[in-house]
Amino acid sequence: MTDTRDALMMARTSDGRTVRRPLSPHLQIYKPQITSGLSIFHRITGCALSVGTLLLAWWLVAAATSDAAFATASWFIGSPIGLLLLFGWTAALWFHFCAGIRHLFWDAGLGFELPTVHATGKAVLVATAVLTVVTWIVVFAIL
Amino acid sequence: MSEEPASPVIMRSMLGRARGLGSAKSGTATWWAERVTSLALIPLTLWFVVAVLSLHGTSRADMMHWAANPITATLLVALVLATFQHMQLGLQAVIEDYIHVEAVKTTSLLVMKAVVLLLGLACLISVLKLAFAG
Repeated sequence: MTDTRDALMMARTSDGRTVRRPLSPHLQIYKPQITSGLSIFHRITGCALSVGTLLLAWWLVAAATSDAAFATASWFIGSPIGLLLLFGWTAALWFHFCAGIRHLFWDAGLGFELPTVHATGKAVLVATAVLTVVTWIVVFAIL
Repeated sequence: MSEEPASPVIMRSMLGRARGLGSAKSGTATWWAERVTSLALIPLTLWFVVAVLSLHGTSRADMMHWAANPITATLLVALVLATFQHMQLGLQAVIEDYIHVEAVKTTSLLVMKAVVLLLGLACLISVLKLAFAG
């Protein structure tokens, strides 16, 4: 035992033996479920959107810089790779948006019953798909 | 933490263990900030997506004209502030959860905060420049 955190890891079993507390999460023994799946996906999309802010920054900085810079940014965003990135970005955005609202309801103490949790989880997936498809229908309708 | 077998002697009273490291007092501040920024981002994101879709395919002059509107500029500034604050808090939670080596964690947090701050400031300056150009 070297520090306070080590001391906090110590516990006793019901028969009095001292043991080191098991660390959570035990990913290797958990069955994949919609609850844990959406939870980690919320983090993954959050990280992906953080990387995606580079695109937002590029667009805004280019617009504030010059016609040439804006043309370069527009060319990249309109290229196949740019469109693919933007598609991924909108899908991640709508997922994080919907799952985030679900989290806010939990923060307010609502929707913790297991059937509700499963229903809202499925609703998040459906809403993400619908919003992403609608967004891109609008993109191609304007083109 | 080392893999040595659990020591049978715990030199800590039960009260000491219950008290742990003590209250951080302002421990809920970051939690609240993350929620408040996420609430703000609900309408701001919806507005921004619709706005960008309506700008799709237009020229830089049109985009600058749009960004020069004071209401647009206000909403863009709010969007940038909320986005980068929310992002910084979210990435902080991820780093703190998954990086357990203190030196690596602290370095990652500092680098991440510097990058997010510079990126956010670049967006903010650009939005302001567009706002005052019109």
